[in-house]
Amino acid sequence: MNRVPDENGRFGKFGGRYVPETLMNALLELEEAYNHYSKDESFQEEIRNLLHKYSGRPTSLYYAERLSEQLGGAKIYLKREDLNHTGAHKINNTIGQGVLAKRMGKTKIIAETGAGQHGVASATIAALLGLECKVFMGEEDMKRQQLNVFRMQLLGAEVVPVLSGTRTLKDACNETLRYWVSHVDDTYYILGSATGPHPYPMIVRDFQRIIGDESRKQIVAEEGRLPDYVVAAVGGGSNAIGIFYPFIEDADVRLIGVEAAGRGVETEEHAATMTKGRHGVFQGSLSYVLQDDNGQVLPAHSISAGLDYPGIGPEHSYLKDSGRAEYFPITDDEAMEALQLLSRTEGIIPALESAHAIAQTVKLAPTLDKDQIIVVSLSGRGDKDVETIMSKLGGAVDESH
Amino acid sequence: MNLIDTVFAKLREEKRTALIPFLTVGDPDLKTSLAIIKQLEESGADLIELGVPYSDPLADGPVIQRASERALKSSITLRDCIEAAAQAREAGVKLPFILFTYFNPVLQFGLEAFMELVKNKEISGLIIPDLPIEEDAEVRQLAEAAGIHLIPLVAPTSKDRVVRISQKAKGFVYCVSSLGVTGVRAEFHSGIDDFLATVREATDLPIAVGFGISSREQVERFSKQCDGVVVGSAIVRKIEESIPLLEVENTRAEGLKQIGEFVAGLKG
Repeated sequence: MNRVPDENGRFGKFGGRYVPETLMNALLELEEAYNHYSKDESFQEEIRNLLHKYSGRPTSLYYAERLSEQLGGAKIYLKREDLNHTGAHKINNTIGQGVLAKRMGKTKIIAETGAGQHGVASATIAALLGLECKVFMGEEDMKRQQLNVFRMQLLGAEVVPVLSGTRTLKDACNETLRYWVSHVDDTYYILGSATGPHPYPMIVRDFQRIIGDESRKQIVAEEGRLPDYVVAAVGGGSNAIGIFYPFIEDADVRLIGVEAAGRGVETEEHAATMTKGRHGVFQGSLSYVLQDDNGQVLPAHSISAGLDYPGIGPEHSYLKDSGRAEYFPITDDEAMEALQLLSRTEGIIPALESAHAIAQTVKLAPTLDKDQIIVVSLSGRGDKDVETIMSKLGGAVDESH
Repeated sequence: MNLIDTVFAKLREEKRTALIPFLTVGDPDLKTSLAIIKQLEESGADLIELGVPYSDPLADGPVIQRASERALKSSITLRDCIEAAAQAREAGVKLPFILFTYFNPVLQFGLEAFMELVKNKEISGLIIPDLPIEEDAEVRQLAEAAGIHLIPLVAPTSKDRVVRISQKAKGFVYCVSSLGVTGVRAEFHSGIDDFLATVREATDLPIAVGFGISSREQVERFSKQCDGVVVGSAIVRKIEESIPLLEVENTRAEGLKQIGEFVAGLKG
């Protein structure tokens, strides 16, 4: 496949920069700075050092033996992004962009957040690098994720409630962009997913590809060969593009993205952008979008706040339409089942997002031979979701002794 | 000749600055929008921007966002907005219509079908705020073929892009007065005068200024430097305030009158 994105920020036909003129120079400045620093050894060294000493990378590639045995098919390896500082892969990107912001001479950072994971990761890096931080969060999400709101505040960030539109992640993204337009001089926008206008999908991918780079080395060291499948959950798609990217040239490795089917793709309450969406322009790039016949963007639903988004990163659309990656929907209920299964067989409570990847693996593994290998991105840990899980399972907390 | 050019040529002769009000079509409903358009013309508007409601209006502040939400509640579509222009024309409105729409509704409609409809329904110009010059080649080509002006935005941050953008412009160049989204504000970008001078230098087309202009003083201030002044959020807010009057049949005329007085007051 050709090197993507091209100089116009296109992944095939997808991507681009569909933003108001008021933002164009900020994006061009960002692209120029990124192109410059990404070739700068001291910049890369600073990031490597933080990933290693601060976040605890490399994360392990763990052979889930009991899960593999229980499913009775392929060998399942879990890429343990949940072991990162702050509990998810999000920190890989915020470390990279935080250091970039500082090199660019910006003193303030802003970020959008849905469930709060990217907000916490941004607040964390802001504290570490001595930057001012504002996190835009939908009022609805603030109610649902009070603990993460408090975590961000504890880290010194200001959480700005977003009252427009759906009052969730989609509108938090809009509001962050709107704020950025008025404050481009001293403010850096740390976008949290592989979405948005060019150069963000490229930058986020490059900072997340460490997931795939490590997995590749680790599986070869462990098994002496590449995996047959790589599976990852997709909301905006940052952990998925991160683990897929280093395997894209390996035609025999099948890449499986797992999106949220919410209450079912046949209902109106899902976030199955690839299954039910169409090509469209949303939040700065051309990609698959959940939308009505008139091009109005539809609200998404998923039990997982991190997947509750009506768009997807443009590189995923490119991988889908070129046939290089496949995307499957998993319902709230299937994700909950998988979450419990992993908790009980391996002693790992996954994030609800990651539980979608596990659920697809539960379907896939039994169809494969015992000598085949699946690598699953366990993108985050489930601590943040315990309340949601508890209420979904009927509050069985008192039964635990 | 495109009606926008005709109007600006006439204004130039008369040494007048164009007043360009904006409204969101379908806020609060289509019938009222038509009445407001008529009222705007009677109150001294020279061109009108017809805003298409959108679920994710990135360039707009809270006032126009709320107008979009109100219009979308009654499922106003891009087609409705375009048809509204033709209906206003049938009702006797003479001034040029500029359709202000985000790109995705246009993309879903189909670019060619969209341009065909726009052409047939009395719309003279297009503003697509999330379609910068890097992305507008196909739309610009179709618009030119249809004789529709694709009006670009330039911002104080556009710097050396001003020349490139202005060279491709048709109709007029829309200068964004301040960094940020649409909405009433007391202060403009500190370099606004230099910026407007730069744009003036870069093009022979008329230049209009917009974003945040809400009072007679501000209209007068910019009339010296510009050929047109766009007033958006201030009018949309006035419409919002008048909704209780507009929604009741026997106070409707009073609501329209108040909007009209506000617009007439902008001109001095």
